[in-house]
Amino acid sequence: MRIVVVGAGPAGMAAARTAADAGAEVTMVDSEPEAGGQFLRGRAKFEHRGVTHLKNTEAWMVEGHTLHLRGPRQLHFDALIIATGAYDRPLPFPGWDGPGVITAGAAQALAKQGVTLADRVIVAGTGPFLLPVATALQNLGATLVGVYEANSPLAWARETKAVLANRHKIAELASYRKALSHLETRTAVIAKHGDRVTVAKLDRHWRPVSHRTEHADLVCIGYGFLPRTDLVPNAKRTNDFLDVDELQRTSVENVYAAGEVTGIGGADLAEAEGIIAGAAAAHQEPPLIAVEAVRRGRLFAQALARAHAVQPGWQTWLNPDTTVCRCEKVSLADLTDAASMRELKLTSRVAMGRCQGRICARNAADLTGIPFDGQRRVIAVPIPLGELADLPEETS
Amino acid sequence: MHPDVVVVGAGIIGAACAQALRARGLDVVVIDRSGAASGTSAAGEGNVLVSDKEPGPELELAKASRELWPELAQDAEWEEKGGLVVATTEEACEPLEAFAAKQRAAGIDACELTADEALAHEPHLNPEITAAVHYLQDAQLNPVKATRALLRGIRIIDAEVSTTDGRSVTTTNGVISCGAVVNATGPWARQFGVNVLPRRGVVLVTTPIPGTIRHKVYDADYVGAVASGDADLQTSGVVESTQAGTVLIGSSRQRKGFDGTIESKVLKALARKAIALFPMLAGVPVMRAYGGFRPYAPDHLPIIGEDPRTPGLWHATGHEGAGVGLAPATGRLLADLLTGSTPLVDPHPFRVDRQEVMV
Repeated sequence: MRIVVVGAGPAGMAAARTAADAGAEVTMVDSEPEAGGQFLRGRAKFEHRGVTHLKNTEAWMVEGHTLHLRGPRQLHFDALIIATGAYDRPLPFPGWDGPGVITAGAAQALAKQGVTLADRVIVAGTGPFLLPVATALQNLGATLVGVYEANSPLAWARETKAVLANRHKIAELASYRKALSHLETRTAVIAKHGDRVTVAKLDRHWRPVSHRTEHADLVCIGYGFLPRTDLVPNAKRTNDFLDVDELQRTSVENVYAAGEVTGIGGADLAEAEGIIAGAAAAHQEPPLIAVEAVRRGRLFAQALARAHAVQPGWQTWLNPDTTVCRCEKVSLADLTDAASMRELKLTSRVAMGRCQGRICARNAADLTGIPFDGQRRVIAVPIPLGELADLPEETS
Repeated sequence: MHPDVVVVGAGIIGAACAQALRARGLDVVVIDRSGAASGTSAAGEGNVLVSDKEPGPELELAKASRELWPELAQDAEWEEKGGLVVATTEEACEPLEAFAAKQRAAGIDACELTADEALAHEPHLNPEITAAVHYLQDAQLNPVKATRALLRGIRIIDAEVSTTDGRSVTTTNGVISCGAVVNATGPWARQFGVNVLPRRGVVLVTTPIPGTIRHKVYDADYVGAVASGDADLQTSGVVESTQAGTVLIGSSRQRKGFDGTIESKVLKALARKAIALFPMLAGVPVMRAYGGFRPYAPDHLPIIGEDPRTPGLWHATGHEGAGVGLAPATGRLLADLLTGSTPLVDPHPFRVDRQEVMV
């Protein structure tokens, strides 16, 4: 039984360990030099009997029972587990494409490597993830000008069931005490010109009601996450996250998914999903403790999605000349009226550049009212033609 | 609502028909299930070619179209870039030059170049090429913008058509009665009674390398691949850049129904043939691939005319990979026939009543 796991974060590592313990021959592929993913970046010392860990390796296409890797190289599998995680969603505002604006995830990754980024920083967006990012930057000696949460924490008052099932999550907040004192809610960065940052108070739809100027060298933004689903472009999804059943199976035969690619709920949920996927892929009954952890974790994930949903008022932050797509330099005024994403892309060039719409496609869809089609990319990462030419004749 | 004509399909052919009919003063509506240029039209390279057609009715249609396009495609990134067809083996030289001579006799600008001259036109071309022909009339446009330009001012109804009797269409939003119906549904045209099959194609897109490749450059074996009726995978090296600086790489032909899966063997074949033409491409990353379905008629000629079995039902389909290039003349010819005017070109070869077309 050959099982291939893509991604070496909490979900991928748990899936690989569980499947190997069940007797499968496991290969875990990850693009980073060390296991851990975004959450444990470089801090996970992964070694497990029965698991081959392919580091610095990018996977770019699934074809039947074959996973294509850069090189080119192919892995044949009986079951595939997608644990590729998610990345931050930025929202555009005047100046977001200039220097001194990065995603919260990028800031955290750099902070984990000990890189000091700036003297005065702002962390803005929505969701509890902003707090560990702000704390990491503080710990590196940065002055935290503010942590701006666009939603209201009062939304959590309606989520008693999820909160009670996940009390440990609330306890985690205490470790961010230092950052919490800088937290302002219903607040967002709506423009940045040099080090002058326009900070606005928002109504519940995120329309600005008042604003002031702060000074900061760096603004880190994160308005939730978008899943990395490129390897299974035809799998069924909801709000772009992969649909899975109780055994973490996707709609594609022999392909499982675990972790943030199925929804955002934190590392413990990701790990529990990984355990279930690893067991199920190896034809074992998933452990009850993991099943229970997933049940609890999903309550939290659903509450999180409701309490920290992106509200449409952000669309009023842009001017006609505000950049929407950085790769192709497409501004709000350049977005054409179109009936589909394809028509929009081919007439405005939005989402046609190097990032293949990972940063801008969702925002462009919202700004134009076009249904977001989930960005089905056939080739997950750019790959030189010479490498494609060296592919073997037959793969199965 | 009782329009004179309902055009089914808002691709480049449907748009050209609607535009030409409207220009005669007819009341036209277009129906499409997924919007303008959402199928085959957006899945190609937007080529307007004369170089790949041998003298005959299709070339006459292509020449007529080529004259009409510049005015119609003003807002659609129209570029008269020219085509460069190259032979990569000694054996391929003579057929290429003979083909070009026949085209010249039919009024095509086809200049034979030496390898050195070809390299002066395309500095990154493989110096091992054995012969080249420069086609000055070959051009390119943005097919989505061109479709939208043709459809300007024409009502588009968002619905799917299930049946038609030539005097009405039954749609998901109800029945529309009309004077005539045009089936411009490309590879899906079989539903309305003509033998058109989908022929799969895949295009690779590189990261931008502006200015590196200037013409549409393709291997002389391309003409043979187009003319073949084989269902198995056929590939030929076709390389060109767009105004955005990306390089488009084709072409593949495969008949396997409406299966949209992209296969690594197709990516491999396309990459190899592109590198054979431009060795420097080996180091250039591909950032996406897309595929589509060409409307393939078994006898390789477009179908333009009224269906003798169903008066009022007109067909404009079967253009395979040349729909963008043939669109304006197809629209004009259809409008001529429908209104009883003198046809732009001889319509007989494109008639519906052909052995391999009637199903």
